Amino acid sequence: MSRLRAQGLTLAYEQRVVAERLGVEIPDGSFTVIVGPNACGKSTLLRALARLLRPREGTVYLDGGPITELPAKEVARRLGLLPQQPVTPDGITVADLVARGRYPYQGLLRQWSKEDERAVTAAMDAVGVGGLADRIVDELSGGQRQRVWLALVLAQQTPILLLDEPTTFLDIAHQIEVLDLCSRLHEEGRTLVAVLHDLNHACRYATHLVAMRGGEIVAQGRPSDIVTADLVERVFGLPCQIITCPEAGTPLVVPVDRRRALTVESL
Amino acid sequence: MRAGALSVRWEPRTAAVCAALAAVALAAAVFVLGTGDFPIPAGEVVRALAGQGDQATEFIVTELRLPRALTGLLAGLALGLSGAIFQSMSRNPLGSPDLIGFTTGAASGALLQILVLGGGTAAIATGSALGAVLTALAVYLLAYRGGGVHGQRLVLVGVGAAAMLEALNSYLITRAELREAYEAAFWLTGSLNARSWEHAVPLAVAMAVLVPAALAFGGHLRMGELGDDAAQALGVPVQRSRTALVVVGVGLVAAATTAVGPVPFVALAAPQLARRLTRRTGPHLVAAGLMGAALLVVGDLISLRLPVALPVGVVTGVLGGLYLVWLLAGAGRRGRP
Repeated sequence: MSRLRAQGLTLAYEQRVVAERLGVEIPDGSFTVIVGPNACGKSTLLRALARLLRPREGTVYLDGGPITELPAKEVARRLGLLPQQPVTPDGITVADLVARGRYPYQGLLRQWSKEDERAVTAAMDAVGVGGLADRIVDELSGGQRQRVWLALVLAQQTPILLLDEPTTFLDIAHQIEVLDLCSRLHEEGRTLVAVLHDLNHACRYATHLVAMRGGEIVAQGRPSDIVTADLVERVFGLPCQIITCPEAGTPLVVPVDRRRALTVESL
Repeated sequence: MRAGALSVRWEPRTAAVCAALAAVALAAAVFVLGTGDFPIPAGEVVRALAGQGDQATEFIVTELRLPRALTGLLAGLALGLSGAIFQSMSRNPLGSPDLIGFTTGAASGALLQILVLGGGTAAIATGSALGAVLTALAVYLLAYRGGGVHGQRLVLVGVGAAAMLEALNSYLITRAELREAYEAAFWLTGSLNARSWEHAVPLAVAMAVLVPAALAFGGHLRMGELGDDAAQALGVPVQRSRTALVVVGVGLVAAATTAVGPVPFVALAAPQLARRLTRRTGPHLVAAGLMGAALLVVGDLISLRLPVALPVGVVTGVLGGLYLVWLLAGAGRRGRP
């Protein structure tokens, strides 16, 4: 049984129900990527897994027990989350921001320690921002900022990482850079769960793909096993061809060019 | 200093700034104790405080003047702390209790007691405390949308509430008898004149509860600046600590305003000045509180030493106004608040 799983989730924001009786299991040691059209509930599911959203019904289990029964800091030592739109405090330095990732390890009697210092340095080096420690985060590029936030989550030293659209707002080179970094973190032994928009990125990097539509899981498994033209049509409503990526050997989604057909019809 | 921010590394600069601010506040308090119709040199004041002065000096210092100095120190501390709490929670330097109506509400409560109900000191204190709490409640409820209070919205609603209460206060004064109107106007500027143990003791009791509570949540305040999601993911009980901080912050404003009246700009300026001196990014409650105490007592000392009798509120108002202009001018140049 995997460390992080959910059963019978009903997820809702006030009156709007996003998903009902949703169950999911995150394979240990996987790089799980959740994909789906806008408003399919993928970010909502991630928020529920990170116990940011209390399910109306159902339970998220972490290490066998309901996640809500664990102390908040204990959860934060096992499971880290990079939110979709984190707020960078005005004028904060890279080192200071990353240091806040050590909060779950601190308390009244346990203040800043050598171990915290080591974790912060290691996290900054892991994402390649060690040289920027004293720079102001606001003044960095988008890609660097995202790596700094990843360092904050890494400083938490959790075996499980949840990433909510970590590549949004980045240009294509920085998207690949961040995903390569995530892939390396996965290879180092962490379980990653990411919500991604780009299906081709998902196919390349995921070891386990979860496709959602309308609050339900339509398919899950290895991308090369489950991604077919039929699935993409069903999930995204997009007619396409699937070819093999010449670079990675994973499925590559090529949308059908509908313009000609449309022109003919409209004539 | 570490108690103020649980998850913070030891920072020599912050510690030095805090020590310096405490020294300035205490030194100013000693000079306040020496100022009056019977000037007493600083050395004598310290001896009298230690119980080693002559009887007359000791009486003047501990009985007549100490309540004033103590009230100044504690009220300044309260204003600095509450300013830091609300500015951090609203993520806006203008989200300060003296701009978003809390102190104006306290004034309305006090004016209603002075002018309409005709209560004594205790009644006025209760009125102003109630005024602050009710205004804070109303502003928060009006600014509440979709599970939280957004900084910008809080400031706008608060400024609106402040303007309405200001109008109410002016109306109350125009309706009053001359003598009462004078008393009310005097209370409205904020003053430390004629403070007795009657003012200092309740304030000290309130602070004994509120200061530890504020410091206990200092770490949450820092983490909250990362946004609700990130803070919660890191193990901060966001909703619970926000409620607690609002209660403590309003308590601090009410306690201070009840003791000294609506002294302007200390709550606004103290956290910002402390932040610039410590060069830290997050709010530092201890530094902000000490800065508030230093500002108020130094303001009081200036008002006492000026040839014309001015209440401390006028002094802090002038100093704070200059500071605000400087802050906004700087923000305009840098292109962000």
